[in-house]
Amino acid sequence: MEMYDVLIVGAGPAGMAAAVRASQSGVRVGVVDDNPDLGGQIWRNEKLKPKSDESKIWFERIRSAEFDFIAGTRIVGQASENSLLGERDGEPIELGYHHLILATGARELFLPFPGWTLPNVMGAGGLQALVKSGLPIEGKTVVVAGSGPLLVAVAAFLKSRGAHVALIAEQAPLWRLGSFGLAVARDAVKRRQALALRAETKGIPYRTGTWPVEALGHEHLESIRLTNGRSTWQVVCDYLACGFGLVPNSELAGFLGSGIQTCDDSDPHPTKPVQARVVSVGESIGIGGLACALVEGEIAGLLASGQVDKARELIPKRTKDREFATVLAHSFALRDELKKLATPDTIVCRCEDVKYSALVNYSNFTSAKLQTRCGMGPCQAKVCGAATTFLFGWTDVSLRPPLGPVSLATLAKVQQPHPKVG
Amino acid sequence: MSQRVVIIGAGIVGAALARSLSRDGHHVTVVESGVIGGGATAAGMGHIPVMDDSAAQFSLCNYSQQLWEQLAPELPIEAEYDRCGTLWVAADVDEMAEVERKHQYFTSRGLPAEILDPGGLTTFEPNLRPGLAGGLRLPGDRVVYPPVATKWMLAQAQTRGTTLVYGTVTAIGLDRTVKATLPSKRDVIIESDTVIYAGGCGGRALIPGLEIRPRKGHLIITDRYSGFVHHQILELGYLKSAHGSDQDSVAFNVQPRPTGQLLLGSSRQFGVDHSEIDGPLLKRMIDRSFEYMPGLAKISAIRAWTGFRAATPDSLPLIGPHPSIPGLLLATGHEGLGITTAMGTAELIADSLAGRTSAIAPEPYFPSRDMAHHG
Amino acid sequence: MADRLVIRIDNQRVEVAAGTSVAAAILALGQRSTRRSVSGQPRGPLCGMGICYECRVTIDGLPHRLACQALSREGMEIITNGNV
Repeated sequence: MEMYDVLIVGAGPAGMAAAVRASQSGVRVGVVDDNPDLGGQIWRNEKLKPKSDESKIWFERIRSAEFDFIAGTRIVGQASENSLLGERDGEPIELGYHHLILATGARELFLPFPGWTLPNVMGAGGLQALVKSGLPIEGKTVVVAGSGPLLVAVAAFLKSRGAHVALIAEQAPLWRLGSFGLAVARDAVKRRQALALRAETKGIPYRTGTWPVEALGHEHLESIRLTNGRSTWQVVCDYLACGFGLVPNSELAGFLGSGIQTCDDSDPHPTKPVQARVVSVGESIGIGGLACALVEGEIAGLLASGQVDKARELIPKRTKDREFATVLAHSFALRDELKKLATPDTIVCRCEDVKYSALVNYSNFTSAKLQTRCGMGPCQAKVCGAATTFLFGWTDVSLRPPLGPVSLATLAKVQQPHPKVG
Repeated sequence: MSQRVVIIGAGIVGAALARSLSRDGHHVTVVESGVIGGGATAAGMGHIPVMDDSAAQFSLCNYSQQLWEQLAPELPIEAEYDRCGTLWVAADVDEMAEVERKHQYFTSRGLPAEILDPGGLTTFEPNLRPGLAGGLRLPGDRVVYPPVATKWMLAQAQTRGTTLVYGTVTAIGLDRTVKATLPSKRDVIIESDTVIYAGGCGGRALIPGLEIRPRKGHLIITDRYSGFVHHQILELGYLKSAHGSDQDSVAFNVQPRPTGQLLLGSSRQFGVDHSEIDGPLLKRMIDRSFEYMPGLAKISAIRAWTGFRAATPDSLPLIGPHPSIPGLLLATGHEGLGITTAMGTAELIADSLAGRTSAIAPEPYFPSRDMAHHG
Repeated sequence: MADRLVIRIDNQRVEVAAGTSVAAAILALGQRSTRRSVSGQPRGPLCGMGICYECRVTIDGLPHRLACQALSREGMEIITNGNV
């Protein structure tokens, strides 16, 4: 077993920032990620060709940092009090640590609507990831829909790869986006990013207050029906890239069940960093955006390597960047109409093909799961859990080991997954 | 004569009771503190075997299996009732002797049973490792998905007027009343002629002197691998390792679900009251399964969980009048056989309320029996 | 590492660029579904990041592998949609 002074789970911006800062003190640092390379979702494949100033800076910094990168390795639980269990190429791998930083990022929120299970209906980040990993998109017509700043970034990316982006459909109404626009305008970095994106998406219609109501097609997507609440229209397309915001990947933190913060968040203006053995940072504790993830990663890396004074200097920046989370949550709050998109026949649990009509009469996730198999498939409710929380208000989505499917041979090495009781 | 009956617990035993008693015309109220079929019912494998550790166990299992078979045509497809049969695997000559004994026991009582040589074993279950001594195939055994069967039986009772109350029972009175706290935190008192305790290990706090203790078990469910196994397969070492001992033990026990998934057990632990996975024991359980079926190593596991069975000192359930509390009947302590024996339990109690003679002798399960002299 | 490599998808020889995920290779063929759901519906990749399990395929004889997380490797044998 490899032993690290600081082990970081997740090689996105927060994990990279943590690795850079921790390694500056000379301690032994390991970064583990289930992807083949650094960058996470947002900077996927940008190591050699960074797309922004931030990504350029951090890839340069990480190039000169000394650490082990354990790629293609999915963490599935705890192996012992001081180690995590992962699986790589079907083989178990144990990684020891003195300090652990969880920078597990976020996944997209997918909501059920008729036709959303058709092939070529994908997440916005999902289609982007596939294109970055080799899917040719040139000449294809794409509708980008859902909610959040990610939609514009994805549209810009797809356009740069030669896709015809027919439109961006943002479910939030224009009036709600005001506070988001204001927050962006006040921040030099965010303003620069926004202006760049606006230039890159020039010519792509951005429709606020617009959302998908049905994906149509036989064996795969052929067109999408959209509405703005007054009229409904159809757009022929090859792909629908659709995500309704982000869901923190908080499951590993839930398993480890420890103090999971970087700062004393009980204080509204925290000045004191918290030096815990296990901390969570970035999107995995709440969707706050890139700047927030980076500064939290830096603080966690500094603290884990004993550089408390340097960490303290970053606290005010972190406090300010965390505030962006509130702005995001407010501006891109999901409209109630999205709860009414599914028809009785619409599948909600894609692993087990459980329809909306089978779920609607239950009052909690536990009962629905036991009786209908909702959430019992290999994704372990990572898709339908957040969807049913939104649709039905269910809050009892249960967490059971392992974190993701693993071979029985690997599962035999799980020692203390400490699942939440329930 | 029609009675007011309160059943504590909407697990499979409570649901089977509600179904039988409402059929007989009683006014039934079921009180459940969690979700329907969410306790030991959801934590088990849903195997419906006939076991023969004792004559009384055999009678209750055999009777119950017949009742399941009568019910089968009515069960919804989601109950996944499946006639996959059981295959007991013998690793060596000692265990083959047990195969012979069991074969004699079952066939002399009219149950189908077939002795398999190593070749026969391979034919039926190609993924078992070579070199095993043989086995016993019991084609009459079934499996079911217990939470759905439970809810369905309860729904049947509800169509006949049974009331389901969500609440936590806090006291069973000496005056045939049940005190419960509703989700709204309001306390209610339910009056009745007969109270039936059909909960699990929680009953120890409600009923002084109740002779049950929690037995913890682990289970694992895998992704779908249709045809990897065909029978519920158990090692005969199960008898040597898991019975008659308070030590933590594991045994190879794998079940094919109709979905194509594999349900993998089993472990047995006393003296533990937290529901967390015990890593070392889980490892022993998995490693034990590899000894019989090495191909399992590469199979993808989706989820592991634990559950608690209510175990009695003599491994027989408690069915019948509480020895000292008037109007209280017990229907608990079914340990690992509750899915099977819920059916017989419900009929024994229904018979006693109706004053009918039961199909099997009820005395071996009376809570007043001397449990020290058994097992 | 070579720039191009050869894999087989449903017994068809496919040449892909190094670094191409199995999911991208399958979709690039013009095939849209990676698996059939438990009720027989065609499904393709959704999340692209190893969360949703919609892109499960059989890789080198092992079923239920995530096509979006697996990089193509020379000689890899991929079976989609439960085809044999």
